[in-house]
Amino acid sequence: MAGVSRLQYTPEIRIIRVMCSGRVDLAFVFRAFLNKMDGVYIGGCRLDECNYTTHGNYHALTMTLLAKRIMEHIGLYPERLRIEFMNASMGQYFAETVNEMVKKIKELGPVGVGEGMSEEELVRRIKEILRLVPYIKIVKREKLKTKLDKNSPESWNEFFTAEEIENLFKEIPSYYIEPEKCQACMTCARRCPVDAIDSKRGMVHVIDQDKCIKCGTCLDVCPPKFRAVTKLIGVNVPPPPPEEKRLIKREKEKEVA
Amino acid sequence: MDVPSVIEYAWRLPNVVHAQGQLFSCSTESTKQIMEAIKEHGLNRVIVAACTPRTHEPTFRDSLKEGGLNQYFFEFANIREHCSWVHSKEKEEATDKSKELLRMSLARALLLEPLQEFELPVDKRVLVIGGGISGMTCALSIASQGFDVYLIEKERELGGLARRIYYTIEGKDVQSYLRDLVKRVYSEPRIHVFLGAKILSATGYVGNFLTKIESERGVFEIRHGATVIATGAQEFKPNEYLYGQSDKVLTGLELEELIAKRDERVISAGAVVMIQCVGSRTEERNYCSRVCCSESVKNALKLKEINPNVDIYILFRDMRTYGFKEDYYREASKKGVRFIRYEPQKKPSVKLVKESGKELIRVTVFDPILEKTLEIDADLVSLAVAVIAPESNKEISLLYNAQLGPDDFFKEAHVKLRPVDFSTDGVYLCGIAHYPKHIDEAISQALGAAGRVITLISHDTVIASGSVCIVDEKRCMGCGACSEICTYGAIEIYETKQGKKARMNPVLCKGCGLCNSKCPTGAIQLQHYRDEQLFAQIDAANPEKEILEEVKKVAS
Ligand SMILES: Cc1cc2nc3c(=O)[nH]c(=O)nc-3n(C[C@H](O)[C@H](O)[C@H](O)COP(=O)(O)OP(=O)(O)OC[C@H]3O[C@@H](n4cnc5c(N)ncnc54)[C@H](O)[C@@H]3O)c2cc1C
Ligand code: SF4
Ligand code: SF4
Repeated sequence: MAGVSRLQYTPEIRIIRVMCSGRVDLAFVFRAFLNKMDGVYIGGCRLDECNYTTHGNYHALTMTLLAKRIMEHIGLYPERLRIEFMNASMGQYFAETVNEMVKKIKELGPVGVGEGMSEEELVRRIKEILRLVPYIKIVKREKLKTKLDKNSPESWNEFFTAEEIENLFKEIPSYYIEPEKCQACMTCARRCPVDAIDSKRGMVHVIDQDKCIKCGTCLDVCPPKFRAVTKLIGVNVPPPPPEEKRLIKREKEKEVA
Repeated sequence: MDVPSVIEYAWRLPNVVHAQGQLFSCSTESTKQIMEAIKEHGLNRVIVAACTPRTHEPTFRDSLKEGGLNQYFFEFANIREHCSWVHSKEKEEATDKSKELLRMSLARALLLEPLQEFELPVDKRVLVIGGGISGMTCALSIASQGFDVYLIEKERELGGLARRIYYTIEGKDVQSYLRDLVKRVYSEPRIHVFLGAKILSATGYVGNFLTKIESERGVFEIRHGATVIATGAQEFKPNEYLYGQSDKVLTGLELEELIAKRDERVISAGAVVMIQCVGSRTEERNYCSRVCCSESVKNALKLKEINPNVDIYILFRDMRTYGFKEDYYREASKKGVRFIRYEPQKKPSVKLVKESGKELIRVTVFDPILEKTLEIDADLVSLAVAVIAPESNKEISLLYNAQLGPDDFFKEAHVKLRPVDFSTDGVYLCGIAHYPKHIDEAISQALGAAGRVITLISHDTVIASGSVCIVDEKRCMGCGACSEICTYGAIEIYETKQGKKARMNPVLCKGCGLCNSKCPTGAIQLQHYRDEQLFAQIDAANPEKEILEEVKKVAS
């Protein structure tokens, strides 16, 4: 309605259409910052006025609260992210909140610069978060689907705590295949949802840590008689054996067969 | 803003082979130009930089279809509502912004995929739940147009609330209307009535529902293409004002029955007090029950008709005899019915007293206008109790994915645009199940719902949108994050040799994309709004990036 009513607002904002604010992925927010957007504004329907039955706006809200904490964690001003709930007749509200936000962000300065962060550092930090988005979704799944009390917005801020985010990043696991135990059965590789496991016949399997999303599927599916996959927390993942040393010895292969 | 410079900019964007300006892109002439341009230049994506997809997307999608392209290759850049109209004083910035919006659209357009809309067969039979006036009216209208209707009623008799209403405020005879309606229902061969019915289960979707019921006649499986919810409402039973403790305290409908039967208590009554808003507009039920003001005025007028000397006091918060019913309020006033306002924080109180051997109800009320407390001795007290939603609405809501409002009445998809539809396709709504309303309104709405049902079932097929989710099984880790939030039940987790996987029922998917945002691995994607399409659009907002290169990277 802001458009039809010709309500004037500041031109910095670019609107991307999604069918429901629930479609706004945690990754979109950080992707925007990676692209040097100085702020992200999420517009959702009013709470309890979902056009679908999924109430995606409540999910967008928890996602936003989580993203704000993560931003704080990596040294970005959380004010760069804002969520507002409105219906089609609230054009005035949209225009006002956009103006207000743009004004605030101009005070904060460009993303990274305002925080006194070098560009490389900013990109590095954001990329790290983007890499961890799947893990964050898995770990925070229950909380992310909580329907917060719409009548007490003052309590929302504490829904995710700084400490909780601290722990989240402290406890990041890595999955590692122990070369001595791996029998190259290919089970984990077949099941890894992101094809992160390098698996050749008769060769020790290796997890590509850059591709791995830390879902733990490989740990679950590695046959109990091998138990080759381990979950490492707080320790560095040992480097994989060099290519030429990955061949599994014949006797072993026979044992398996 | 400077349109020619935006066009000129478009020419400079990668992969653009044709760009032109049009005065009114949605005019027949212009859409023809678009079709011709598609053929002439062999276009495989079309972007219209103009107004809003909300109103005009269908038009341009049709142009693409006619030009021989899949309609999902169309992309809108809204440079009007999102730009020229809202930055009308900043010409230069608006022009630049338009260019950026265009570039963002282009980035997304390059990644669009052709999607198939699919056709679903439509079962021509209809299930109507609730045999009140609304359900019967709706069923009759549908049947008279040649379609079979299954009308299921949980009681052993049709009629619902109307069985207890004898006359309307306008003086119409509800009982004879009802008798006639029931007769018409039973003599219509296309209506199949099930009494004492209970729904055991319901599955399916628009055009193809399967409902299992148990009724007096046994257990049946009903296949139907549309569902109408007309489950009505109930009278609230209060536990205040001595209701249930003294037989002199009645609800509005109970008084109506006594009046209709010319009960001795009514004929001999010297004073009657009616208390409005009992159980309505409270913290617990923060809504107006709408019909109760008229109900009281109606009963008051009837009482005056029987005995002009009876004293009637209506204690109200606001009189809401809406519409032309206001006339009856005035008439009552003229006939000496006394209207006394009370404030919610000073509700009237009642007490049983004996006065010269006669039992009376003493009503005490503070009149804020007179600033005095009044005492009225009444022979009868009638409570205008709230209209409440039946308990079973919650169950029905789950069975058919029909939304409930905050007070457990059913909620339409859109108050103005889709007033008798639910947001779940193929499910419709009418009557007092929606919110308290009078019979005439319920009838109009029932006819409206019948019209919507016919619009659906007069077609042999329905078209389902192509913008639905799709699962890449390989990428799915079977975590269930998607299925647990999909309230349409479109996603099922099933066992495969490779462990649990998600499976879509595209017909049920409404395309909100919430599951896509929940999925940790990106296995489930909302087509037309896929991660990479939106990433590309976000990336293209960054003026420092070369689009094509970025898009190619994402696409690979
Ligand atoms: C106190 C009061 C006074 C009123 N006074 C007037 C008046 O003076 N004038 C006027 O015009 N209107 C009046 N009305 C309104 C009028 O009663 C309604 O508009 C009309 O009767 C609504 O009909 P309906 O079919 O929508 O609902 P209902 O009459 O409630 O019918 C619903 C039917 O559905 C059945 N049902 C419910 N759940 C299920 C289920 N799960 N499965 C199967 N069947 C189910 C019920 O048993 C019922 O038979 C009054 C209403 C009230 C409450
Ligand atoms: S943890 Fe998940 S993503 Fe990582 S390697 Fe194992 S299966 Fe693949
Ligand atoms: S959320 Fe993704 S990974 Fe999990 S079950 Fe659904 S599609 Fe599979």
